[in-house]
Amino acid sequence: MKLIILETYSQASEWAAKYIRNRIVQFGPGPGRFFTLGLPTGLPRDHPESYHSFMWNNFFKHIDISPENVHILDGNAPDLQAECDAFEEKIKAAGGIELFVGGIGPDGHIAFNEPGSSLVSRTRVKTLAMDTILANARFFDGDLSKVPTMALTVGVGTVMDAREVMILITGAHKAFALYKAIEEGVNHMWTVSAFQQHPNTVFVCDEDATLELKVKTVKYFKGLMLVHNKLVEPLYSMKETGAERSQSKKPYSD
Amino acid sequence: REDLWVREGKILNPEKLFFDEKGSADVQLDCKGSIIAPGFIDVQINGGFGVDFSLATDDFKSGIDLVSQKILSHGVTSFCPTLVTSPPSVYHQVLPQISVRNGGAHGAGILGAHLEGPFISREKKGAHPEHCLRTFEAGAFQDLLSTYGSLDGVRIVTLAPEMKRSSEVIQELTSRGVCVSLGHSVANLSQAEEAVQHGATFITHLFNAMLPFHHRDPGIVGLLTSDKIPAGRRVFYGMISDGIHTNPAALRIAHRAHPKGLVLVTDAIAGMGLAPGRHTLGQQVVEIDGLNTYIAGTKTLSGSVATMDTCVRHFQEATGCSVEMALEAASLHPAQLLGIEHNKGTLNYDSDADFLMLNDSLYVQATYIAGQEVWRQDTSGM
Repeated sequence: MKLIILETYSQASEWAAKYIRNRIVQFGPGPGRFFTLGLPTGLPRDHPESYHSFMWNNFFKHIDISPENVHILDGNAPDLQAECDAFEEKIKAAGGIELFVGGIGPDGHIAFNEPGSSLVSRTRVKTLAMDTILANARFFDGDLSKVPTMALTVGVGTVMDAREVMILITGAHKAFALYKAIEEGVNHMWTVSAFQQHPNTVFVCDEDATLELKVKTVKYFKGLMLVHNKLVEPLYSMKETGAERSQSKKPYSD
Repeated sequence: REDLWVREGKILNPEKLFFDEKGSADVQLDCKGSIIAPGFIDVQINGGFGVDFSLATDDFKSGIDLVSQKILSHGVTSFCPTLVTSPPSVYHQVLPQISVRNGGAHGAGILGAHLEGPFISREKKGAHPEHCLRTFEAGAFQDLLSTYGSLDGVRIVTLAPEMKRSSEVIQELTSRGVCVSLGHSVANLSQAEEAVQHGATFITHLFNAMLPFHHRDPGIVGLLTSDKIPAGRRVFYGMISDGIHTNPAALRIAHRAHPKGLVLVTDAIAGMGLAPGRHTLGQQVVEIDGLNTYIAGTKTLSGSVATMDTCVRHFQEATGCSVEMALEAASLHPAQLLGIEHNKGTLNYDSDADFLMLNDSLYVQATYIAGQEVWRQDTSGM
């Protein structure tokens, strides 16, 4: 894995954004050649307004994406299992996920794969853990009774199939989960740990998130920042010719 | 920074378009970072560009069309043509020619007439002609109806609440959906409060043509902070912020006392938009010199030649309020006064797409009605 440690939340966000941008540009997407960006389901889909608004306001309205290319799991579908299976099919049809971007919960879960989820699970319906319900209460005016208890989510296995995985972890409250995810073994109680077995994982975090890690780990990866920063500088643009873009090689392999 | 989405003359919710219809924009317009605000609504304008709404001329219709077209450049997308105190014959001839209609490329929308007088106080007639003043002592509402001829298309009536039987009249007008405004009056606070309890919701040009504020009897001005307003209702008040009708300090006092009730109006007269000189205001002759408009040979103010956008700018400067507050005083508040805020005066989803593009100094760059551009600032310098 690559562990990218930036000092603050905004620096971590910016690094991640630049990385994703470079990845998209270097991939050279076009009609019929999709750069499939995977994102966790975020809020439970029972409240279509909240999740759609969130995605619209924070992402879709700022970019020129065709609405047909946006696929969101529909929590109101009549047959939820069929909806999940169809979602898996859509991923295959688009050529598989190129880059999956997600965060982790304080209980170490990726998407809504709560502790105890199978590490080879696919897209399915999950009942949410209390931790997650508490964390989501902020979207429902702090009223716990309003927070949905079930969600549709991509499975750990689904994310493992992505060609690259990026996990964003910021804040001291995530520090223990990060420690469990990368310094301890692969364990279905901390589902993010599954990515130790993925060939291409990037963890981007701020200082606070590293509080539970060994000093040795932190020093090692901070030392690598010189090399890692070559992934975000220079910043590529779609306007450059195809030849220039594809020539830039990755500075080293994992 | 945000995008504004418009479809079929209404403001559109882009999320529904994106997720439910899988649609995207057909036409994209770069507003270059301008401020987008709801179109201004002028509820007191007596004329302009040589046209006087209180004069029953043969070409009255083309006159009102001219004004509605010209005020687009001031950012006004809807207005209430105002008639000052006039003899009944004028009302009978003119009112049928004022029809409520939507705005468009031809001009700003007409929301209905504002009848300022003749049921007003002799002592506070201002520029209104004394011989045309009337009372409704004898027949109350019937007197009013026979004076005006009909109330079709009448949106606002200004009257003096201290007049006998005013409560009945106010009640009847309110029940017919006409907004009752208090003005040109010597009413004290309790008379004004009684009028509000019977349905009055507006004050015509606060401070002007009413008793001055007195600490033991604040008069009509006291309505701004009265505790006798029925629950759930708000009293609105018009202010002509042209720098002449009201001292900026008085403007600030009113604004600070009751910011949500302030409605900017122009009270513009026929001479607005024209060179200084002599013009008419109903039965009177008016002299214009710069921004000052007086009854010929006197120092009695009569209307103004200010434009709506000038009033907005002056208001913002004088009170130091936020840009949003200044713009709301010319759009949201008049819409709320007339009870049309679900359609006009805001940029909410599903409301009419009447909006303006303004630069940072609040100069109007372009005016849109129902999503169509109806006026644009000419920057070619030709």
